[in-house]
Amino acid sequence: MKLTLQIWRQPNSRTRGAFVTYQLEDLSQHMSFLEALDVLNERLLGQGEEPVAFDHDCREGICGSCGVMINGQPHGPEPATATCQVHLRSFADGDLVVVEPWRAAGFPIIKDLSVDRSAFDRIIEAGGFVSVPTGSAPEANLVPIPKPAAETAMDAAACIGCGACVAACPNRAAQLFVGAKLTHLNSLPQGKPEQATRVLAMVEEMERFFGSCTNYAECEAACPKGISIDVIARLNRDYISAKLGASALSGK
Amino acid sequence: MALHLDSKVPLGPIQEKWDKHRFSVQLVNPTNKRRFRIIVVGTGLAGAAAAASLGELGYRVQAFTFHDSPRRAHSVAAQGGINAAKNYRNDGDSVFRLFYDTIKGGDFRAREANVYRLAQLSNQIIDHCVAQGVPFAREYGGLLDNRSFGGAQVARTFYARGQTGQQLLLGAYQAMARQIQAGTVELRTRTEMLDLVVHEGRAVGIVVRDLLNGDIRSYAADAVVLATGGYSNVFFLSTNAKASNATAIWRAHRRGAAFANPCFTQIHPTCIPQSYDSQSKLTLMSESLRNDGRIWVPVAAEDPRPPEAIPEAERDYLLERRYPTFGNLVPRDVASRAVKAVVDVQKGVGPLRNGVYLDLEESIGRLGADAIQERYGNLIDMYSRITGEDPYRTPMRIYPAPHYTMGGLWVDYDLMTTIPGLFCIGEANFSDHGANRMGASALMQGLADGYFILPVTIGGYLAPHLANPVPPRAHGAFVQVEAEVLDRSQQLLATRGSRSVDWFHRQLGKLMWDQCGMARSRTGLEQAASQIPALQAEFAKDLRVLGDHDSMNQSLERAGRVADFFELARLMCADALHREESCGGHFRVEHQTAEGEAVRDDTRFAYVAAWEYSGPDTPAILRPEALSFEHVKPAVRSYS
Repeated sequence: MKLTLQIWRQPNSRTRGAFVTYQLEDLSQHMSFLEALDVLNERLLGQGEEPVAFDHDCREGICGSCGVMINGQPHGPEPATATCQVHLRSFADGDLVVVEPWRAAGFPIIKDLSVDRSAFDRIIEAGGFVSVPTGSAPEANLVPIPKPAAETAMDAAACIGCGACVAACPNRAAQLFVGAKLTHLNSLPQGKPEQATRVLAMVEEMERFFGSCTNYAECEAACPKGISIDVIARLNRDYISAKLGASALSGK
Repeated sequence: MALHLDSKVPLGPIQEKWDKHRFSVQLVNPTNKRRFRIIVVGTGLAGAAAAASLGELGYRVQAFTFHDSPRRAHSVAAQGGINAAKNYRNDGDSVFRLFYDTIKGGDFRAREANVYRLAQLSNQIIDHCVAQGVPFAREYGGLLDNRSFGGAQVARTFYARGQTGQQLLLGAYQAMARQIQAGTVELRTRTEMLDLVVHEGRAVGIVVRDLLNGDIRSYAADAVVLATGGYSNVFFLSTNAKASNATAIWRAHRRGAAFANPCFTQIHPTCIPQSYDSQSKLTLMSESLRNDGRIWVPVAAEDPRPPEAIPEAERDYLLERRYPTFGNLVPRDVASRAVKAVVDVQKGVGPLRNGVYLDLEESIGRLGADAIQERYGNLIDMYSRITGEDPYRTPMRIYPAPHYTMGGLWVDYDLMTTIPGLFCIGEANFSDHGANRMGASALMQGLADGYFILPVTIGGYLAPHLANPVPPRAHGAFVQVEAEVLDRSQQLLATRGSRSVDWFHRQLGKLMWDQCGMARSRTGLEQAASQIPALQAEFAKDLRVLGDHDSMNQSLERAGRVADFFELARLMCADALHREESCGGHFRVEHQTAEGEAVRDDTRFAYVAAWEYSGPDTPAILRPEALSFEHVKPAVRSYS
């Protein structure tokens, strides 16, 4: 099959970028979308043009490295599917496909389709953990966890940290990412002792980089792991109770 | 200089070795820990666990990853589970049984004391991960669930749906994030280690390239820990992530670290078969599917019918037929060879006839589609996305693919390499799995190394060095290595030939798969020994890398890694050629029974083959470490 790719090219963060159009022929519909970019890059190299930079690694939809806007949709047309798992059978022969990096102030462009998502690491460092030093854990079955709670935690923990939620959001908010981590840890008895400090610290860090949530729910539609916006409700609930708890404790 | 391969296994009964050793290891007092700097390269399960635990102890840790975040490390892709000897099922499991299964599964080529320690620590790993908030699968009563994996007759595998590696990695990553916040761990992302610095016989630091701006610079430390994963990508097509590579351990090997059992590679039986030429990687389907999936091929060669149209009597359930005791749950090496054998005689299925069926029909009938979906939903979805087929209606197709490497840098009981001060943990070292790794044991080993073993043993190395600081990075030892690294990079850019890195990598991979893959022969390996250097010479002449050194240049990154794969490939073939026996994942066609089973030679090869580097064009020197088996008597491995 044939595709026309319109790809964002930008040498670095200091230089302005622009779309460049490439024609690809003799593609197989079984190929993955990133393999089509591989084919393009091999051709560019042959022509003496620098290949398109893009982040990718596992190509199994689990590492969260990849992620581009395909025709205006984060990770492309397939629901609950990361870019690396999109195959060309999702497109029609001769289609025009527009490929851009995530567009968000919190994710500065590095080069071409590659962006800097280290803000997500800063948010986890602020409180996205359970403080349990190695060696101090009690026996694993000491605390039974009701299956529904474990399932809720696992649904949220499936987040791969790709950033599609931010890219999809008109406000460039990161509530789905942060809500997913909070729901994962706060749903479990192990996460309870630090629940209030965790939500306050993570939200404060989040607001340094990202916009505010106004319930568009575009994030849920874009999430390659199908994480529900229920996690945002959980974030809000835990945040309010932490705020109230904190002010009650300080006597305000 | 002759290498002395002293495994430093403590004396005494096997059950007490680790306890006694922990008592005998010299301690570093808490205030002095702050005076030691430790570099950890790689932030997967082993690296992140080590960085977090060392930070908690009070060491000053610098962690390096070439990814944009530690959470991308390829441990994330491990699907099926992690073993532990909890015996929660009351099915007769014990530390000794996990030890026994691992030694036997490794075809008697692993060190007993290490494996016993691993089995002992397995339970503590589960405790720790649960405390971190890893959402393992649970029963309705709220207690932890288990499933079975290949090579074991007990259910001892803990899992988090089909994303166990992801969840364990997030646990370790979050523990490390806590230490970053606390200021004990400093993290450098998008930074790749390109060489090791050795000064006066001891590892004193590393040289890295900043992948964003190309800066080459050194970091000095009192000890260096490599946790950089395996080298299956030497085959180009493997289940590993695209960037997984051998450069860190290979460069350490060139600086004096012995490389053990390089030919012990694991070809995983259940991967999606290749379907077109330009394919960039292969995808694993978890071994856990063999709990509920039956593997079969049509009895007739080149049967044109779709699977649904083939009656029961005309199907060959090859593993159940050949190995009635373990059935579809035989170990990986055994399953892979059985699958290859039927495909080799034209019984393969699918458009390219390069796979066998893994059929869930019987289990769906017995348990219902919902139960199967709960157990394997995400795997089945992934299969559907890749193939466009629906495993609830038609059998999946699978074929073996390179997946894991048991070989790696040689380490002693303390996980230290033959270079003092250089430690190696996780898949990057050679320990524990012998010639074949058991399913759900990689996560266990990476975490045992990182959380529980290294943080203890590294103190024994550091304690006597308190008054013996490493030189600063302005020292000539560092400057010299920096110059060499820069020179190698510049050379790759200056070649200006006509072929891409990927072209060379594909050629090398195909050659290695054909000659040093699932079936190896003297003739094939001897051919490879001349073909690889020829291809390598062409690489040096005809490589084309565009762009510059001073910005993000993904082709340049790959070129450096492939250059090292060439050298490693030569050592793998030499090792495979010298090992005149079949054991585990290493199958020499000259050494098999009439039924095609592996024939091991314990009189000649019951040793670890550690190789010492002796120059780019001189053969590596073999330094064997003899293995003795006092608790598990080596026997013909039988699963039938």
